[in-house]
Amino acid sequence: MDWIVPFILTVITASTPLLLAASGELVTEKSGVLNLGVEGMMLVGAIAGFAVTATTGSAVLGIVGAMCAGVLMSLIFAFLTLTLMANQVATGLALTIFGVGFSALVGSGFVGFAIQPLPSLSIPGLSSIPVLGPILFGQDFLVYLSFAIVVGIGYFLTKTRAGLILKAVGDSHHSANAIGYSVIKIRYLATMFGGAMSGLAGAYLSLSYTPMWAENMTAGRGWIALALVVFATWRPGRLLAGAYMFGLISVMQLHAQGAGIHVPSQFMSMLPYLATVIVLVIISSDRAKIRLNAPACIGQAFRATQ
Amino acid sequence: MTSITGDTGAETMTGAGHAQLEVRGVTKAFPGCLANDDISFRIEPGEIHALLGENGAGKSTLVKIIYGVLQADEGDVLWEGKPVTIQSPHDAREMGVGLVFQHFSLFETMTVLENIALAMNDVRDMNVLRKQVVEVEKTYGLPLDPDRHVYTLSVGERQRIEIVRCLLQNPKLLILDEPTSVLTPQEVEKLFETLRRLSAEGCAILYISHKLHEVKALCQTATVLRGGKVVGGCDPREETAKSMAEMMIGQKLTAPDRGGDRTFGDVRLDVSGLSLASEEQFGTDLKDVNLTVRGGEILGVAGVAGNGQNELFQALAGETEQFGAPDTIKIDGTSVAHFGPRRRRRLGAAFVPEERNGHGAVPDMSLSENGFLTAFRRMALAANGLIREVPTRSFADNIIKTFDVRTTGSGAEAGSLSGGNLQKFIVGREILQDPGVLVISQPTWGVDAGAASAIHQALLDLAAKGTAVLVISQDLDEIFAICDSVVVMAEGKLSKPRPMADVTIEEIGLLMGGLHDLDGTATPANDTLTTGGRVDQA
Repeated sequence: MDWIVPFILTVITASTPLLLAASGELVTEKSGVLNLGVEGMMLVGAIAGFAVTATTGSAVLGIVGAMCAGVLMSLIFAFLTLTLMANQVATGLALTIFGVGFSALVGSGFVGFAIQPLPSLSIPGLSSIPVLGPILFGQDFLVYLSFAIVVGIGYFLTKTRAGLILKAVGDSHHSANAIGYSVIKIRYLATMFGGAMSGLAGAYLSLSYTPMWAENMTAGRGWIALALVVFATWRPGRLLAGAYMFGLISVMQLHAQGAGIHVPSQFMSMLPYLATVIVLVIISSDRAKIRLNAPACIGQAFRATQ
Repeated sequence: MTSITGDTGAETMTGAGHAQLEVRGVTKAFPGCLANDDISFRIEPGEIHALLGENGAGKSTLVKIIYGVLQADEGDVLWEGKPVTIQSPHDAREMGVGLVFQHFSLFETMTVLENIALAMNDVRDMNVLRKQVVEVEKTYGLPLDPDRHVYTLSVGERQRIEIVRCLLQNPKLLILDEPTSVLTPQEVEKLFETLRRLSAEGCAILYISHKLHEVKALCQTATVLRGGKVVGGCDPREETAKSMAEMMIGQKLTAPDRGGDRTFGDVRLDVSGLSLASEEQFGTDLKDVNLTVRGGEILGVAGVAGNGQNELFQALAGETEQFGAPDTIKIDGTSVAHFGPRRRRRLGAAFVPEERNGHGAVPDMSLSENGFLTAFRRMALAANGLIREVPTRSFADNIIKTFDVRTTGSGAEAGSLSGGNLQKFIVGREILQDPGVLVISQPTWGVDAGAASAIHQALLDLAAKGTAVLVISQDLDEIFAICDSVVVMAEGKLSKPRPMADVTIEEIGLLMGGLHDLDGTATPANDTLTTGGRVDQA
């Protein structure tokens, strides 16, 4: 059974970028904004993080750079959809296409570069406990951060006044405006948070998961993150479970092949989406339930009326 | 209830001090329209002041300026004698202004308590807030469960949330924008008790409504707006509903002419045992609905919105077909419940839905195209699959001329017309097709008094020619003005039909609240609404 620990470790590393990107998108969507540009923001974050780390030698600066790049990308989206009121779906798709091309352009000079991967935590004694040691105490800090962020978002949405206001804006922007909340400002902030988290997810890929840059290295993880938010019906707890389930599926794909079980890889890579569709059908049958968690104004442009 | 006129003795408090709120020369322009033009008026502490005016008279704009949602271009707002600038609703609440919105500003998926917390300026601990909410509810008799989700509440209960929200801030001025349009007469009376009590405690109230008998029963002073200007003030207690309506529209109002004795022909619309599960998420199922409308008869369906009226309209219009039970709806003896709208129209039925833009008319299409859409068969506007341009245009021109639709012509987009004018066009389109059965939902909802009386007259004239007319309406004044008999819809069920002559508003109100034992308990407890509601017919 000595394959178990490495298996769990790969599941954690496969799930973390999904979890990071999906937590950001969850907050964005809770405010009523549907940003389909996650994949593009992740790619730009990945190359920004890699380029900064490769140039400065500092992984911390790289992570900050990746988050800033994600925020800048989301600001393009926010300006187009919230200020100029462009269609969110079309703008989000365009942002992804832009991100794919732009990251490839910037990254062409960095192909083949090598950097130091993010250091893993190492606590003398604890990290060397068999099985549990490497799993619980041997990760890099982004893994721990991803858990902290999900818990933080859960607390923010259910316990804080700011979280209540964020949900209110996503539930009925006209009501929120009438009471006196600045819908556009709150949505800008939520979109920027989503951008920062996507950038961070990208940085995790290029700095820790595979410490290198390759064109299109996100390989559809941004789309899985989007599916994950719907799969989780906009609830942080389910988001965590879903991220690890989707991570597990993608790792099983590799291990199944290694173990000589012939499941077509296309089938495995289709599973997250298939699971999302099934969950959507199940929750749609009880509309009251989805109604309670889904932001009612999602994707709708807000224009203050006279 | 202690007083019929609504006199709370508040005037004795309006001494030499400053007005609670004074508006001086407020002007606000939007691109292409001057919404408020040099408006001035004042409200004393404890005064219940009515703001009257047609749609588009500038009432809502003025309220938004007072509540800080909009900023005035010119003019001053004085609060307790001092000029103030109100930058946001937050500022307004800070000062002591509370607003109960016409379209509720609530969040459906949140609880009552969360909704209240969101409208508080200061952050309060949820448990403290819960205690305060319960206290205010008790003091003012506004029962509400703080932990219920808003989407499970009735419209009356939703309004209570808005009021409790305001009361928690200890307002000195409470503004209510069309607060009673969704309430039963009994709920209205409860609301008025609360308002009179607040007024007696010194809270000024600005009451906006186009229901003039309510204004007469509640308010002590009134400012009348027309076209963005103040055209006068009055004491509603000294006026009649008719005289105030004429002040609002600036012309004489003629009561609909019912044309003496009405005789009814054969049954033209027959609904029996119609049950239907609603397709809407929070809709109401229809339960064993029975009704008949004879030729020449106008039957009113009263009831608070959301009790199955939409479902009933959709079932009658053929938007929801009943394939399993074709006999539940008959038009002139033909079973039609399994037909779609077009086949029902071919049998001589016509339908006017509640929602004008998008349901009754396509906003982006011209009036003549909209005319074509429902009339092409009966008016022979199409030949060999092609639109016959000339008759189509002249049909639209005819509607515009006959029903006095104010527009630039039949080429104008439907969406460019004001609500009242578009409604006149849509009603006219169906009436000119000379239908045998007309089903019309909320015929004058959001329509100004002049257009409303034209539509009422058109419906009466149509019935006089032998058409069976079914009017679904929340507006009891309307039902009393034009209908021959009335049924009440509550929770998807219909009451037994009653001739208009021997039913009172009180009785209808009790039925609207879902009480079906009409013969027993419905003794008129007070006569304010009964007499008030009949003012227009006097």
